[in-house]
Amino acid sequence: MNNEAGQAARQPVAAEANPIYEDARRDTVQEHDQNRITLAQTQAWDASSRTPVLFGFVIALLWLMVGTWLGDISSFKFDWPDLLVSEAYLTFGRLRPAHLNVMVYGWASNAMFAVALWIMPRLCHTRLHWQRVALAGIAIWNMGVFMGVLLLLLGTSDGLEWLEFDRYSADPMMVAGALLVGMSVWKTLLARKVHHLYVSVWYVSASFPWFVIIFTAGNLPLYQGVESAAVNWFYAHNALGLWLTTINLGLIYYLMPKILGRPVYSYWLSLIGFWGLALFYALNGMHHLIGGPMPSWMIATSITASILMVIPVVAVGINQHMTVVGRFGAMRYSPALTLLVLAAMAYTAVSLQGIMTALVNINRVTHFTHWTIAHSHLGLYMFVTFSLFGGIYYILPKILQREWPSAALIRAHILLIVAGMVLYVVALGIGGVLQGLSLLDASQSFQASVEAAKPWLLTRSVAAVIITLGHIVFFMHVMWLLLMKTEPGARPASPFHAIIPVLVEDRTVHEGKPS
Amino acid sequence: MTRLTVLILGALATVIFALIVLVILPQSMLGKLQAPPELKPYTLEEARGREVYIANGCIYCHSQQVRDPNITTDIAKGLGNRASVPEDYVHDKPHLLGTMRTGPDLFNVGSRLPAKEWHLAHLYQPRALVSWSIMPAFPFLFQHKAVAESGDTVVNLPPAYAPAHGVIVTTSDADALVAYLLALKHDYAVPVAGYKAETEKDALPISGLQEGKP
Repeated sequence: MNNEAGQAARQPVAAEANPIYEDARRDTVQEHDQNRITLAQTQAWDASSRTPVLFGFVIALLWLMVGTWLGDISSFKFDWPDLLVSEAYLTFGRLRPAHLNVMVYGWASNAMFAVALWIMPRLCHTRLHWQRVALAGIAIWNMGVFMGVLLLLLGTSDGLEWLEFDRYSADPMMVAGALLVGMSVWKTLLARKVHHLYVSVWYVSASFPWFVIIFTAGNLPLYQGVESAAVNWFYAHNALGLWLTTINLGLIYYLMPKILGRPVYSYWLSLIGFWGLALFYALNGMHHLIGGPMPSWMIATSITASILMVIPVVAVGINQHMTVVGRFGAMRYSPALTLLVLAAMAYTAVSLQGIMTALVNINRVTHFTHWTIAHSHLGLYMFVTFSLFGGIYYILPKILQREWPSAALIRAHILLIVAGMVLYVVALGIGGVLQGLSLLDASQSFQASVEAAKPWLLTRSVAAVIITLGHIVFFMHVMWLLLMKTEPGARPASPFHAIIPVLVEDRTVHEGKPS
Repeated sequence: MTRLTVLILGALATVIFALIVLVILPQSMLGKLQAPPELKPYTLEEARGREVYIANGCIYCHSQQVRDPNITTDIAKGLGNRASVPEDYVHDKPHLLGTMRTGPDLFNVGSRLPAKEWHLAHLYQPRALVSWSIMPAFPFLFQHKAVAESGDTVVNLPPAYAPAHGVIVTTSDADALVAYLLALKHDYAVPVAGYKAETEKDALPISGLQEGKP
C-alpha cells in the first residue's frame, strides 16, 4: 500500500527537468508535496464517504441490470418485430427510451454520484461534508428516476429524446437530488485542506452546476416548433458533454496516475482540455439537425464548435496517453487501470468520430442511421461505462477494506464486455453506413435500406447477449464482495487493485512477479 | 487552478454563453414565425393522435423533416416537394423532427398514403401489407370482438393475418393516430421570401415511396 494517495503519484519524472515544465510541475506538486498524508488519513476520508458511495454504487448496479434487459429486448425487437407486442408497455417505442433513461440517469448518474462523493474528500484532504444531504439527494434522485421510468412505460412522455421523463413529477425530483448531492460536493470543496485544486476537482465540481442548469433549461415547457428541437439537442448533447464526460474524465485523471504511481503528464494540457471542453462542447448540439429545418447559422455554429472540439480532445488524449505511455504493461495487474485506459482511448475515439460525423459530407450518409447508435454506445459504454466499471473495481475494495474475491470473474467480466462492445460498435457501424448509403441513393427503394441493416442488427443482438453475460458476472461478483465475511486486517486475496510503483519502473527485474 | 471563484464563474460563463447562443437568441428570433395559411392547427382528434404517437415512441424510428436538397436526396426519394422550414412546425409542441429513419420519413405521409384503411391495417400488423417491414405491430391499439357493434370501425385484413373468428375493430387511440398521420401534409409553398425561390425551383411532385400501397 505504499502507493497510497499523494506520495508516489507526485514523484518527479525526468522529462520535467525541461524548464518549460518547471512552472507546471511546481504548481502541480507543491501543495501536495508539503502535505504528506498517511494511510490512516486516506482511510478516514474513505470512511466518511462510505455510506453514500456504497448506496450510489448498489443502486446504480440494480439500474444497470434493469437497463440491460430493456436494451436487450429493444434490440431483439428489430430481429423479431412481433416479439412481445400485445401490451403497450412492452412496445419498442417505450422500452427503447426506458433503456436510454435507465442507463443514463439510473446506472451512469448514480455511479457518478458515488465517484464524485468518494473523490472529493480524497482530493480536498478532508472528510465528506454533508454526508446525509448527499444520501438524501441520491434517494430523491432515484425516486424521480423510478417515477420517470414507470410513467414512460405507461405512456407518459415529454416526447423529447433524453428528456422523456415527466417534467412535472420526475424531473423536479431529479433536479432536487442532483442539487443535494452537488451541495455535499461543494461543501466538501469549500472545506478543503489543500490549496491547489487538482484537475479532477475542476471536472467533478463543475459538473453539478452544469447538469442542474442544462437539465432545468431543457425541461422548461416554454418551447414550440423548431425551438423545441434546438433546446432538445442543446440538452441531449450537453448531458453527454457537461455531465457524463466530465465526471468520468475526472475519475480517469485521478485514478490513472494514482494506479501507475506517476504524475499527470502536463498541467497545462489539463487546463486546455478542461476549458476547451467547457467552451466548445456546450455549443455542439445542433449538429444533430444538419440539413434540417433550422436557421443555418445555428447549425453552422454547432459544426464549427464540433470541429473546435479537436483542441480539448487532443489535449486530453495526449495528456492521458503520455501519462500511461511506457507502462501499459501495468494493465495486466490492475483491472481498474485496464478499463480506465480503454475508456480514455474510447473517449478520444468517440470524440474524433463525433467531430467527423458533424461534417456535412459524412453526416449526409450517417444521419438517421444505426451509425448514430453505434457512436453513442462507443461514448456511453466504452468510455462512460468502462470508466465507471474501472472506478468500481478500484473504489469498492478501498471503502470495504477487502479485496475482490475472484480474479477469474474479473477477467471474465472484462473479456465479455470488451468483446461484446467491440462487436456491437463495429457491426452496427457497418450496418449504419450501408443503411445510410442506401437511404442516400435515389435509385434504391426504402426496402433496400431496411434489408441492408437487418443482418447487422442481428449481429448487434448477439453482441447484446455477450454484454449481458458480462453484466451478470459483474453483478454476482459485486454481491459476493459485499456479502463476504473477512477477518479485519486480513491480507487481500488477490493482487489486483494495488500496483506497486517499482513494478513498472524496472520491468526486467520484476517481469511476471506481480507482488 | 487554485481559486474556486475562477472555477465556478468560468464554468457558469461557458454554459450560459451556450444557453444564450442556442436557446435564448433563437427563442427571440423563432418566436415571431407565422404559420403558413395552408398549415392548419391540429384538430382535437389529430392532437390526441399526436399524443399517441409520442406515447408509443414512433419518433425513435420515424423522422418528420425533408432535408436540404443540396446535401441529401430526400426530395428525389419522394419525401416531399421541398425542404421543410421552421414555419412548418409552428404548431408542434414538442417537436417530432426525429433522429432515425429505421422507418420512412412521415413529414408528408398524409399525401403519400392517404387511405385510412391502409394505415389501420398497417398499424395492426405491418407485415400484412409490407412483408419486409420490421415495424412492431400495435395490436393493443385495436380490439378483437366477436361481432362489430354499431359505430365500430372494422379493420380490413388479408385472410392470413385476420383472426379465425370475429373481427378486429379500432380503439379511439388508433383512430386518432391515423387522423394525425393523415394530417401530415406539407406540400404547400412556403411563404417566406428567402426560401420561396429555392423551393419553387426544386419543387417536384411527390412520387411516393415503393412501400406497398393499399
